Amino acid sequence: MHNLTIAEQIKGLKNKDFSSQELTQHYLNRIHDSKLNAFISVTDDIALSQAKEADKKIASNESSILTGIPYAHKDIFCTQGVKTSAGSKMLDSFISPYDATVTKKLNHENMVMLGKTNMDEFAMGSSNENSYFGPVQNPWDVSKVPGGSSGGSAAAVAARISPFASGTDTGGSIRQPASLCGITGLKPTYGRISRYGMIAYASSLDQAGPMTRTAEDAAIVLNAMAGFDPNDSTSANKSVPDYTQGLTNNLDGLKIGLPTEYFSEGLDSGVEKVVMQSIKEYELMGAKIQEVSLPNSVHAIPAYYIVAPCECSSNLSRFDGVRYGYRCEDPKDLNDLYLRSRSEGFGEEVKRRIMIGTYALSAGYYDAYYLKAQKVRQLISEDFKKAFKKVDVIMGPVSPTAAFDLGSVKDPVSMYLADIYTLSVNLAGLPGMSIPAGFSNQLPVGLQIIGNHWSEELLLNVAHQFQIRTDWHNHSPADC
Amino acid sequence: MSLDNKKVKEIAYLARLNVQDSEIEQTASELNNILSLMDKLGDIDTGDSEPMAHPLKMSQRLREDKVSEEDMSKEFQEIAPKTGKGHFLVPTVIE
Repeated sequence: MHNLTIAEQIKGLKNKDFSSQELTQHYLNRIHDSKLNAFISVTDDIALSQAKEADKKIASNESSILTGIPYAHKDIFCTQGVKTSAGSKMLDSFISPYDATVTKKLNHENMVMLGKTNMDEFAMGSSNENSYFGPVQNPWDVSKVPGGSSGGSAAAVAARISPFASGTDTGGSIRQPASLCGITGLKPTYGRISRYGMIAYASSLDQAGPMTRTAEDAAIVLNAMAGFDPNDSTSANKSVPDYTQGLTNNLDGLKIGLPTEYFSEGLDSGVEKVVMQSIKEYELMGAKIQEVSLPNSVHAIPAYYIVAPCECSSNLSRFDGVRYGYRCEDPKDLNDLYLRSRSEGFGEEVKRRIMIGTYALSAGYYDAYYLKAQKVRQLISEDFKKAFKKVDVIMGPVSPTAAFDLGSVKDPVSMYLADIYTLSVNLAGLPGMSIPAGFSNQLPVGLQIIGNHWSEELLLNVAHQFQIRTDWHNHSPADC
Repeated sequence: MSLDNKKVKEIAYLARLNVQDSEIEQTASELNNILSLMDKLGDIDTGDSEPMAHPLKMSQRLREDKVSEEDMSKEFQEIAPKTGKGHFLVPTVIE
């Protein structure tokens, strides 16, 4: 059952080939047998009771399309009555008193939550090594990282221990682990999916999205996740199309732009080869390829690593040991309570980013850093606007390399530099995908597809047509 | 811009984080490495580019001023480290 896509599982449930309870138990067994550390919490009781309820709905014809389909939820989404840790010691004891809007929407479909997935602490990281709950292993090679920050979600889908997992992407956190684990990941346009109850890292960049095996599955799930939410002031009041409807159009005449800056120094030759082979496949489908230029994309790293830490230093000031989360032992006064609760509760990378953000926002430095970064952000966004006057989509690599060894990148700056191809998309608020495109040294490589604002339907079809002609998305690692 | 140990301590305090004396050198060195990357921003000619605070240029939506949330104070206090008589408790601030 675990080799079926969500589209196939939906048919299986409808045809009574298996029940949601059987499907759920099967995945729970696989999760408990797995040694990848992809989950922070496995919610067996909730899953089985939701599956029972789903089976009742299916039997009485009250089901919706996703009823009874199991999924794994990134541990950044609040889930009422279930630990929501964001990968941090700070929230190790936090049982959320409410549901995130995304959680509510998936519950409304009567989907079945298998558990909460491991992640870099507060979504800060590109390797999942910054989790308080230990790193996740890449199912293709357990000595490698799965990518981050949605590393647990990516590993879970790749290892076939969940058919779908939620993710969030602030600077590449859906696309990069999707690429490194060989699955399909979509970061939608900023504002497409509600951020309410999704623990904030950088509010002007954070966006949730689906992580699945196929683009068709991503379209089915995005239908359930997307939509306006009055509880999120940055949610876009824009109607949601049926994303599965656009999956039939052929790509004849599609204009694909290749940014020269994405194929320069620093890109691994094995990754480049896979990406170029995929582009050739699109040419065979009738697409027209042309070069485009995103001259300011090289500035995305300094701009992002100012904007994101500034916003994180503000967002994470709420963790003060007073109302919820970790509190230090025997504080001698209020200041000691703040200082020790935060110092003991946060990990090293989170503390670094809070300090960088605090410094950049402190008196006298605002113009030189945050304001300047916002101006650069505008330039990056204008580059994309110009490019999308000439082409329909932009393609390139997701990450400069395939999955790297656990523990091999110790210097924070080196880790940041590897985000070069994903950050611009968040800064400009655009949708972007990673789809399985091949292998380099037995490790998966993703192809990044970037579209204009609100072009998710087009992106999903561009990905789907590739998956009709190739079978990279059907490759699966050995059980581990 | 380079941060000395004193400045690192100041920033840490502003962020309400402790940096132990034994960690200060390493913290300063890591932060300075990151800042040298950020300082590249200064070399970019941004001309009269307008600062971009929101990717979609949306303005803040307003809503009618009416109660929309149910009272969940009991649930919120249940998960607090320390409460009493309906309040969140912290060490005494004023004797």
